Amino acid sequence: MNHAVAGTAPTAPETDDQRTVLALTNVTKTYPGTPPVHAIRGVDLDIRSGELVAIVGPSGSGKSTLLHVIGTLDRATSGTVSVAGYDVDNLNDKQLSSLRSRHIGFVFQQFFLLAGETALDNVADGLLYTGMALGDRRLLAEQALSQVGLSHRMSHEATKLSGGERQRVAIARALIGSPDIILADEPTGNLDSQSGKDVVRLIEDLNANGTTIVVITHDHEIASRFPRRVSLLDGGVVEDTRMIGSGGFR
Amino acid sequence: MNVSLEPSRLAPADMMRASLIGLRTRRLRSILSGLGIVIGIAAMVGVLGLSESSKSDLLAQLDQLGTNMLRIEAGTGIGIGTGELPEDSIVMVDRVGPVEQVASISETGASVYRTDLVPTGQTGGITVKAVDSNLLATLQGQMASGVFLDEAASDLPVVVLGSVAAERLGVTDGAGGTVVWLGDEWFSVVGVMDTLDLSPDLDRAALVSYSTAEEFLDHGGVPSTIYVRSDPDDIDAVRSVLPATVNPESPDEVEVTRPSDALEAKEAADQAFTNLLLGLGAVALLVGGVGIANVMVISVLERRGEIGLRRALGATKGHISIQFLGESLILATLGGLGGVALGSAVTAAYAWSQGWGILIPTVAVVGGMAAALIIGVIAGLYPAMRAARVSPTEALRTL
Repeated sequence: MNHAVAGTAPTAPETDDQRTVLALTNVTKTYPGTPPVHAIRGVDLDIRSGELVAIVGPSGSGKSTLLHVIGTLDRATSGTVSVAGYDVDNLNDKQLSSLRSRHIGFVFQQFFLLAGETALDNVADGLLYTGMALGDRRLLAEQALSQVGLSHRMSHEATKLSGGERQRVAIARALIGSPDIILADEPTGNLDSQSGKDVVRLIEDLNANGTTIVVITHDHEIASRFPRRVSLLDGGVVEDTRMIGSGGFR
Repeated sequence: MNVSLEPSRLAPADMMRASLIGLRTRRLRSILSGLGIVIGIAAMVGVLGLSESSKSDLLAQLDQLGTNMLRIEAGTGIGIGTGELPEDSIVMVDRVGPVEQVASISETGASVYRTDLVPTGQTGGITVKAVDSNLLATLQGQMASGVFLDEAASDLPVVVLGSVAAERLGVTDGAGGTVVWLGDEWFSVVGVMDTLDLSPDLDRAALVSYSTAEEFLDHGGVPSTIYVRSDPDDIDAVRSVLPATVNPESPDEVEVTRPSDALEAKEAADQAFTNLLLGLGAVALLVGGVGIANVMVISVLERRGEIGLRRALGATKGHISIQFLGESLILATLGGLGGVALGSAVTAAYAWSQGWGILIPTVAVVGGMAAALIIGVIAGLYPAMRAARVSPTEALRTL
């Protein structure tokens, strides 16, 4: 994989299992206004390589804001955010783009697949902004599609697939560059219950193979299946529980 | 932590693919918005092409006729003169150094009819003029058939007809020995001239020699018009001395004109018309540009989700703006190519139908494409900046 990181390795030597891929320290996000809106307040969160974490909470609890801050799409008002060992505060906009292109994968509720492109090319677009040649990206995309069980749909137009299949294409796109962390925002929100279950199972399978995944959901049933659950309320973490045992924290 | 990240990169081929997505998925809209550019560029290429083609035709004509001919006429009207030049004016003109050829024309006042049975007065607008035998050479005219008046026939009742006069008199072959009723005599037609572009009045005339006019028409032979060919380099000097040379007593009664000026004036009038049409083409182009800008702005609004996704995938603001700028540029380029092709086709078809040489000026093709590209950049700039400014978090909230 060519996650080219110039310069020194960002983290101290650790075994892969221990490596912290996401560290939030006393992070707040306030939107200006009268009165100002404190979307998240004083969040501390530490996610290690290989974890499967559900961030759960009702509407307005700050889930989406937290996802945007973790995904470096938005900056925290205060506190420190470190993703894949990079201190986000010290990176400019271009460097943040670069961080997203190589270290973070996104899965959205609305899929956001490009119309007029095949499933294969949509997945290949996951590495579009790394500068990798299209041929190489397509090879990796084939592997990613087979990982999500869609080898037979490669040449289909992505937006014409079923909802469950579209979300699996989107997951493959997040997966393709083997990012340090995959952020999934309500990945089952637009799916029927069966497709939703299939997608959750796929997420669990990918995690079992070592992928670090953070799922944001308002669905406690889904959250309860995951080995770690972070509950948000009014912008603050109210509960952070880890299930110890098989399929749990590794 | 102070570490450097390799920057996000978008390969040129991928940039092209990204810019083509909007055009591929919204084909009809793209075609319609590109149509404005097609029409604008086609109008400009067509106008320039047609004007060049017609100009080349005119220049060829001027080249053939020469611009070194002057026409001297006696002024007519109250207080100006009698419509006659002094009798010895032709000799005087011939003495001017740079003058190469001189030929005169005199109005005889006679009429010509097809037969003696045609009622008097139905002249068909044909005048009878007495002319020097070197007139045709001086005018650089051509015979359509037969021969021009020469010394051998100088005092015989023979006549040469202008092209329109021959047609009106029903004479098709100048060498066929047709006779016409001229004055009170039968005259033999010995030749018919081709159309004379520089002296169209002779197309509607029947020409006889001075001696014939004197003998058969009782005409004194005072010239009313003199044609002068001069050394092209001295044409202006010759022109300025001619009035005083012809009529030293009252040079004001002499009018000197340059017949080729009329063709040049026609060219200037055509140029003014061309400029007007070019202006209209530019307006069409401007409207086309506004059309593209409009479509691009709408496209940016519609594709906020895609913009958000691309930012999440690692696109920088620059990548987003280049994608939309590229889209506008591709649209304008395709419009420009279509316009150049359409404009060239129209020019070629029209020039061919007029029998002109087909001339599609490089400046129109290159200028047309350049105009399209500039319009593309200008039309795409604002939408591209808007797209780059879209906040990724806002964009991703769009359903």
